[in-house]
Amino acid sequence: MSFLRSIFMRRETGILVMIVLFCIAVGFVKPQFLTGQSLRIILLLTPLIMIGAMAQMLVLVARHVDLSIGSILGFSAMVVGLMYRDFPEIHWLVGFPVAILTGAALGLGNGLLVTVFRLPSIIVTLGTLSLYRGMTFIISDARQINRSNIPTELKVMSRTSPIFDIPWIILIAFAVALMTYVVARHTRLGRQIYALGSNPVAAPLRGIDVTKVTLIVFALSGALSGLAGILYASRWGFVNPSNTGAGFEFQVIAAVVIGGVSINGGVGTVLGTVLGVLLLGCVAAALPLLGIAGSTQNAIYGAVILIALIIDRSVRQRGVADNSKDIA
Amino acid sequence: MTDTKTPTREMAPARPAWHVILVRPETMTLVLLIAGVIGASILSPFFLDVNYILRSFTLTAEMSIVALVLTMVVISGEIDLSPAANMALSACTFALMQDVGVPLPLAVLIGLGAGLAMGALNAFMSIRMQLPSIIVTIGTLILYRGLAQIIAGDRSIRLPDSFIGINAIMVFGVPLPVVIFVIVALVLGLVLGTTVVGRKIYQIGTNQAAAHHAGIDANRIKIGLFLLLGVVSAAAGIMAASRLGSVRYDLVAGGELQMVLMAMLGGTYIFGGRGTILGTFLAAWLLVIVSTGMTVANLMPAIQLTVLGILLIVAIIATNFIYARTQR
Repeated sequence: MSFLRSIFMRRETGILVMIVLFCIAVGFVKPQFLTGQSLRIILLLTPLIMIGAMAQMLVLVARHVDLSIGSILGFSAMVVGLMYRDFPEIHWLVGFPVAILTGAALGLGNGLLVTVFRLPSIIVTLGTLSLYRGMTFIISDARQINRSNIPTELKVMSRTSPIFDIPWIILIAFAVALMTYVVARHTRLGRQIYALGSNPVAAPLRGIDVTKVTLIVFALSGALSGLAGILYASRWGFVNPSNTGAGFEFQVIAAVVIGGVSINGGVGTVLGTVLGVLLLGCVAAALPLLGIAGSTQNAIYGAVILIALIIDRSVRQRGVADNSKDIA
Repeated sequence: MTDTKTPTREMAPARPAWHVILVRPETMTLVLLIAGVIGASILSPFFLDVNYILRSFTLTAEMSIVALVLTMVVISGEIDLSPAANMALSACTFALMQDVGVPLPLAVLIGLGAGLAMGALNAFMSIRMQLPSIIVTIGTLILYRGLAQIIAGDRSIRLPDSFIGINAIMVFGVPLPVVIFVIVALVLGLVLGTTVVGRKIYQIGTNQAAAHHAGIDANRIKIGLFLLLGVVSAAAGIMAASRLGSVRYDLVAGGELQMVLMAMLGGTYIFGGRGTILGTFLAAWLLVIVSTGMTVANLMPAIQLTVLGILLIVAIIATNFIYARTQR
């Protein structure tokens, strides 16, 4: 009985119920929503957000926030795009380490500003959001990387793979989620991130190298955003200095907050985050089917974040004593 | 320090007067401002034209006005990232109202009312629900911008000719938006610097618990500030509409960064309790000098984005440094 009860009380169960109810409701109006084809559409909408959400989850758990991920995504995608355009002789797979390392370097920049100068991450990353976006314009000379410059092999990754024909980018996204799960639950680093976020004062007293953990978290966030950058080029076949990755941070934060990751640090699961991403994907896939204009999507994301915050609040009030609303 | 007598608490020596006057963030802003003027006039001889600078200021006057109120919100220990989206949604509401035949004054009132409602939602979520305003206003930022996108769609709404051109009205040779900015700065500076309410705002931001014990109703003042910010944002949005002649949902997109930048650059402390209207006032001019300086020097707009990001980070490092030196 208590086992059933503990499952029922889990945050993840609530999101799963919401997803099921939502799909049934949409399927009732438009039966074609409940087909394999639309599952494919939903899954194709989510890989970038999934990867970004894994990174942001770790950042939020450490009681920080990273608003610059969209700009890091754009910058890394642009670096890779320029490489493909100007050095076509380089093997296309080299793009992956290049994108990931570029992203990691930018993320490390955030981490250094946060740790060395002891600045609030929200302001630092608001600054680098603008800074990295500007750098993207500078390196690209404000010009787009066109479809013809992106290698075909990379674009095919968004369409298929040898494994049941599931596109590579979906497999990569779930692989990232799995790895994040292992890191978060079964490594020393993962537990240190949770400890740091639960109580930043107690963490150093327990021998946690706060600077190191913070740097790693921000570098990871950058690296995963870089990975999302090259996958953006694969998925959409172009890189644009102003559009690529713009607003990505908001979609990701929406998904993560819906997934039950607490903005006060220390709380959050990979499963919840994955479900949060899928819920957003279902909403995004259902809107055009229901004949609702794409322009409503942002308002819905915003409303969903606020509702998730209120639910989170009431859950916490019923749960353990609530500690502090300070420090984002 | 090694003796075991009960330590007597000695009073720290008072800082010399020049130290108090000179070592403060506003001084840094002023120095940067002077350096900016000198640098820009070396870059281009056309720069030192007062009329040109005043006209350039009208481009950001609306945001500067909002930044003044935002400064008070930040001093009280909260933050609001939604004013730019508020400006867009209020302006769209106003423009649509007059488009369907509502008389102009009534349409303006409805626009202001929309702004007030948005401020009220922020206040409700942040103060009544006790959620961190930083995350709440990221949510409302997306929501307000999304709603503007829904009601205005992808078109730009024309305004009647009689309403267009607030920036062309001259008061003693100074454009009206600049005059309004100066007046608002004077009024808010007096409120913050000389009234009981002003002192209460600093007290709340410095130590909310102590303010509570001193009998200050912190929540009431904070709610008042959020509401004021909502109305002022709406007024600024309508001013921007008059200057531009038409309204789109992406009015002042990304403006939240510039507003936060103005407050930070003026020495407002991100964790509350410190900052002045004078600082933000100077910072608003500094930004105009920097951006027009870069424009007359023929620098790519994208570089301006980079410079804004760098300025934000440098400003907060400097502010933190100065406060760390002057605070016990």
